[in-house]
Amino acid sequence: MLGLVGPNGSGKTTLIKCIDHILKPQGSILLGDRNISQMDTSEIAELIGYVPQNSPPMPSFTVFDVVLMGRRSCMGWCVSDEDITTVAGVLKKLNIDGLAMHNFNELSGGQRQKILIARSLAQNPSVLLLDEPTSSLDLRHQLEAMDYIKSLVHSTGITVVVSLHDLNLAARYCDTLAMMKGGAIAAAGPPNQLITRENIMDVYGVEARLLENDGGAPFVIPIKASDAVERMN
Amino acid sequence: MSGMDITEIRNHYSGYVRRKWLLIGFSVILILLLSAFAVSLGSFKLSYSEILMIIASSFASEPTTIEEYVIMTNRLPRIIFAMMAGFGLAICGTVMQAVLRNPLASPFTLGIASAAGLGAAIAFILGAGIGTGMYLVIGNAFLFTLIASGLVFGLASIRGITPGSVIMAGIAISYLFSAMTSFVQYFSAAENLQMVVFWMLGSLDKANWEIITATGIILLITCPYLFWKAIDLNVMGAGDECAKSMGVNVKRVRLSCLGLTSLITAGIICFTGTIGFIGLVAPHITRMMVGGDHRFLLPAAGIVGAVLLVAADAAARNILPGQVLPVGIMTAFFGVPFFLYLFIRRGSGDW
Repeated sequence: MLGLVGPNGSGKTTLIKCIDHILKPQGSILLGDRNISQMDTSEIAELIGYVPQNSPPMPSFTVFDVVLMGRRSCMGWCVSDEDITTVAGVLKKLNIDGLAMHNFNELSGGQRQKILIARSLAQNPSVLLLDEPTSSLDLRHQLEAMDYIKSLVHSTGITVVVSLHDLNLAARYCDTLAMMKGGAIAAAGPPNQLITRENIMDVYGVEARLLENDGGAPFVIPIKASDAVERMN
Repeated sequence: MSGMDITEIRNHYSGYVRRKWLLIGFSVILILLLSAFAVSLGSFKLSYSEILMIIASSFASEPTTIEEYVIMTNRLPRIIFAMMAGFGLAICGTVMQAVLRNPLASPFTLGIASAAGLGAAIAFILGAGIGTGMYLVIGNAFLFTLIASGLVFGLASIRGITPGSVIMAGIAISYLFSAMTSFVQYFSAAENLQMVVFWMLGSLDKANWEIITATGIILLITCPYLFWKAIDLNVMGAGDECAKSMGVNVKRVRLSCLGLTSLITAGIICFTGTIGFIGLVAPHITRMMVGGDHRFLLPAAGIVGAVLLVAADAAARNILPGQVLPVGIMTAFFGVPFFLYLFIRRGSGDW
């Protein structure tokens, strides 16, 4: 589980979109030993799931319909029993089965975000890309979603790349973190080596104090925005 | 959130799908009954059995009596053409709204109405164009419609075929063609002007078996592709980036769908004049009834469009005795109240 952290505009979302070949990168992105620019779109869809930060409204679609979209690359025109079972299973696991027949547009931002996660999981991907999956979730749902993603990594061996704003959430859940700055990775490593006062100063321009969390993960307490650093935007 | 087990969710979903099939079945029965009723309406009072006899005998011989003539060359082709035109325009509207992700999109978003209007105006007023006789107007309307769509696609593709660029280009082209129509009209004689205005109001007067064959061929070629792309149309609702990540070739689907809908629309409104309201409202009415899944929405919207146009035409022919009102006016009179009823009754889950 790789976490991408970094200030706004540092390229987290762009990197994620390049990995999914939504944007065409200049270099090459290898999945195992295969270059994704040589794979066709359905093949990428079966391997990589993508969860955007938010979604346009989808009028008159039920939650079930929306999650079913994730099955697009593996289903025919008719919805098979397997598709329905997969979708129902994902809804159940994410604890949103009660919403299955609700209208997607009537749900809150957080509920929608969970449904988008469910949709990408219905793709049965081996790589899951999440762009700010917790940005509109409340405290409990943040933990639930991250716990579920973490357990998925452990149980299925899926690779997860997740961009996060919350350094503490990132430090707590990710095995490796990459700090991005100005479109490049400034530093990468396990959370307790990466989250240092120097790195936070360098990448965010913020003075911070570090504590240690119960699990051993570093915990950042921001103190103030440093004047010494030039604002990037 | 109440917990459900997997079989329960499955049952919910299959119930939901069954309800959609029921609604589609119901609307098929409705259109059949409505057409039968519409055939019987008119100044010639004929019973259903007489009409059936006439239709049956027409397979053997050309119409000879006036009753046979009224049914076989007037009412029946008119109603069949109304069904096809309503079906086609509604499907076009549904597809446009899906690929442009815009509730106000309709075949006319691409400037098609004003282009067809210009083609017709040039034929009526200047007498110039392709084809002769009644085919002059039809040929011109068809040609100009395709020119307009071509221009819109060309302009939009400069900035990439996105919903925004297509709509912007469509609006620009639409105003340009309207202005040119007004320009031509400004210099025309009064009687020609009246013909243009009447043409633009839309009518099904020209319906005959050749037109039915022509439109039928276009629909038979294009609709299977659109139905086949139903799932991609669903996924495109999630946004271009998500659709790409789910394996949809967004550009290709958008361009091919827009191209085919332009062809269908051109093939219909060159005969009818601009009756585009159906293409805007039928998808909304249907979406409120069967939901957003295009596998069901497309055929259902087509049937709803057919119902609306047949009903509007029947009313247009029979409200004022001895007069046929423009069907374009009647579609709005019929469609808007029904649309508003559903709009007010349903909540925020739709557009």
